[in-house]
Amino acid sequence: MTAILTAPRQRSPLYFAWRRFAANKAAVVAGGVLAILILMAIFAPLITKTGPSDQSFLTQALAFPSRDFWFGVDDLGRDFFTRIVHGARVSLTIGFAAAAFSVLIGIPLGAVAGYYGGRADWVVMRLIELFSVVPPLLAAMLMGALTRGGFFTIVLIAALFGWVQVCLLVRAQVKAFKEKEFVRAAQALGATPGYIIRRHLIPNSISPIIVGFVLAIPLAMMLEASLSFLGIGVPPPTPSWGQMINTGMNFMYFYWHLAVFPTAALAITVLATTLFGDGLRDALDPTLKGR
Amino acid sequence: MIRYILGRLASIALTFFVVSVIIFLMMHAVPGGPFDGNDMPVSDAVKAKLNASLGLDRPLYVQYFSYMAGVLRFDFGIPFQSPGETVLDLLARAWPPSLLLGGLGVLIGAPLGILLGMAAALRRNTWVDYLASAFATLGLTIPVFVTSMMLILVFAVWLNWVPSSGWGKPNSWILPVIAYATIPMATYARYTRSAMLDVLNKPFVTVLRAKGLSERRIIFQHVLRNAALPMVTVFLPMFIGTATGSIFVEAMFRVPGLGAYFVSSIELRDYPLEMALILLITLMFCLAYLVSDILYAFLNPRIRFGDGKK
Amino acid sequence: MTPAPHAPALELRNLCKTFTLPVRNGWRTSHFDHHAVKDVSLTLPRNAILGLVGESGSGKTTTGMMAMRLVEPSSGQILVDGTDITTMDHAALKPFRRKMQVVFQDSYSALDPMLTLGQIVAEPLHIHGVGTASEQNEQALAWLQRVGLDRSYGSRYPHELSGGQRQRVAIARALILRPTVLVADEPTSALDVSVKAQIINLLLDLQAEMGLSILFISHDLSVVRSLTDKVAVMFNGRVVEHAPTEAIFTDARHPYTRSLLDAIPVLNPRLRRTRTFLSRAELASSTPHLARADLSGPVTPGPMPQMVTVGTDHLVEAIVA
Repeated sequence: MTAILTAPRQRSPLYFAWRRFAANKAAVVAGGVLAILILMAIFAPLITKTGPSDQSFLTQALAFPSRDFWFGVDDLGRDFFTRIVHGARVSLTIGFAAAAFSVLIGIPLGAVAGYYGGRADWVVMRLIELFSVVPPLLAAMLMGALTRGGFFTIVLIAALFGWVQVCLLVRAQVKAFKEKEFVRAAQALGATPGYIIRRHLIPNSISPIIVGFVLAIPLAMMLEASLSFLGIGVPPPTPSWGQMINTGMNFMYFYWHLAVFPTAALAITVLATTLFGDGLRDALDPTLKGR
Repeated sequence: MIRYILGRLASIALTFFVVSVIIFLMMHAVPGGPFDGNDMPVSDAVKAKLNASLGLDRPLYVQYFSYMAGVLRFDFGIPFQSPGETVLDLLARAWPPSLLLGGLGVLIGAPLGILLGMAAALRRNTWVDYLASAFATLGLTIPVFVTSMMLILVFAVWLNWVPSSGWGKPNSWILPVIAYATIPMATYARYTRSAMLDVLNKPFVTVLRAKGLSERRIIFQHVLRNAALPMVTVFLPMFIGTATGSIFVEAMFRVPGLGAYFVSSIELRDYPLEMALILLITLMFCLAYLVSDILYAFLNPRIRFGDGKK
Repeated sequence: MTPAPHAPALELRNLCKTFTLPVRNGWRTSHFDHHAVKDVSLTLPRNAILGLVGESGSGKTTTGMMAMRLVEPSSGQILVDGTDITTMDHAALKPFRRKMQVVFQDSYSALDPMLTLGQIVAEPLHIHGVGTASEQNEQALAWLQRVGLDRSYGSRYPHELSGGQRQRVAIARALILRPTVLVADEPTSALDVSVKAQIINLLLDLQAEMGLSILFISHDLSVVRSLTDKVAVMFNGRVVEHAPTEAIFTDARHPYTRSLLDAIPVLNPRLRRTRTFLSRAELASSTPHLARADLSGPVTPGPMPQMVTVGTDHLVEAIVA
């Protein structure tokens, strides 16, 4: 019998991924900004003096930013800073929730398409094609009008247009891993396809899944903002940046603060999530970076 | 190749058909018809008569088939909001503004984007590269209506160089075209940069340099050709996407194009117009994808001439 | 399911496998039949090691995969312990899967990078529902020890190990269910020479302990010599010679086998003998049936080769005029 062997522990791939991420300055900054935004959204009631729908300052309606009102007052007498911060809550919640649903839809479809190939793959690809040729915004508008907006519906609609990315990523990963010997070894043991997908293929797809999740968030947020801008998204008085931009447009010439702040808030949030997601993708699997 | 084309054609046709059924069902699932609005309340009897006159009381599948039969004859019916003309007429009237602004946007944005991407690739890791890449990323991540808003705020409200809206004079076109141009520019900048970097690193370029070819010749004759393939194929869908008008840009700049009419058709429950718009746009995308798939298969020497393996 | 007495552990009868590959030429796609395995028959007796050698593309790996039904044969039969398993469905096959296991060449992709070594070795027990979770874990750690790794390795991950260590883990996983047949597909080919020897010794020890039958697939004749009882030589999808190991090395009859042996590098220059190295063309002319291309193209008429007995247990493919 050969001697018992021991060896020192080596660094895990996760360590190297973290190193890659940390080297990407834009992603790190974006991550920081995102963290601040999330904290702001969570602790919104603590950092704002009134509720988002409280029309407490009617006498000072349309006031410009000052020390009392950091972002000014909007046309209905509400503290604008409060509205913007609560708007962050709405946007981020919808973004994360929709991305979560996208992942829930995308993973099984991608896994089945990648593992079984053939007809199952064909069906999934046709589904993807279906969702790709219809301009998402138009379809979303139609569905929005159908259901009169409303929080949960928007989340569902956004999820319906975000799952494609996740599905494609998972499908590619499953296809690549399907031929690996450890899958064959499991087959040699008599494992069912379901077991192999659950126990081997999906855990090995964690990094594309995370990337897909994080990149689905800004898409969902933009869709919500677009729908709210057109009036069929989140119903007032719940604050939504898209809605505020719409209102702001009407007052833009004289009261710039009503237009600038929601616009900037939306732009910064979407930018931060996208850059963070890109950085995550490049760090976890540099080969995923494509055209 | 022929087989490939036919295959794609069949699958696109199938997709289009399924989309049309779904959209049709969705539209008719929205409760309330065009006469349920509150501004002109009518009695139920009158409503029933009006609905019947428009054929809205027939069973759904009958409505669907008669509609699709019409579509094949290019008859999209009459828009509820403007009964004096056919849907096709209305669309013909509404499309040119979108086409003009969107088309200009792409035609200006794409070449600019290519130049930007080339500059970034050739001056890799210098400030030129960082600036161009940042710009490309911004253009793609910031939603177009945010960009439009910022353009309006800066150039129309603050600097007052151009009018912010309106359709009549050419100088009111400037801002919308810029807004439209951001996405093609950013997309092409990215594509060009990464494609060129890919090719520039390949061994055959080093060989060309060793042979003594001038840098300029290498770039234009060899590198660009190799990098061109994905850029060519992405052009058509992008053009369609922009040339059909963006709802936001049109809303913000008050342009009477397709986007504006789409919004109104949803508000007014104008089924014929809604349906026609979605169908037509979807059809154009289907065709765009089909053509670019074929173009790709044709241009890619590996697919066209086979792998050479037997 | 009780094994027939004295039935060989594994028997392959007239196995064939044809792959149909699409070929694109321009805008047309035609199909090309690649006969990877043509009429292969092998017997692996109990408690023995059979070597299956050949060059890349000879069909040896495909044969091994078919024996495990990881690749479905186009025709032929597979018998495990006397029972024909060729057409069994998934449910019926599962108990037989416990009797046959496999070790692959690429040890890195043979182990799931997301699982600990303990989980990997315990997986067969998990799939077949043997014992409780803690029992499975205990057995896994015991096996790790048996193949020469410390029990503490149970919580490590594959990427932390060297190639040789990973192969040990793969062997532990393969043997934990105590199969009757082990198909080893080039398990040492990716390893350094010194590690090769360790793995071979490990396999020999385990084989003797467990009475295991091993189908050892390799292109490395020197390894085969130290390990196997009998050898089957494959060329182009067919078995061309089949004999006890020493007979192959000292008394090879088929010209292909001879050229394989001559290709083994001899380090000591003084011991180098003259090579009877045959080129493919010479091989073809000396054995006419080899000239008939891959037998996948048009077959020129002539007698088909058969296996001819030339010594005790020694079969050679030749044309019987």
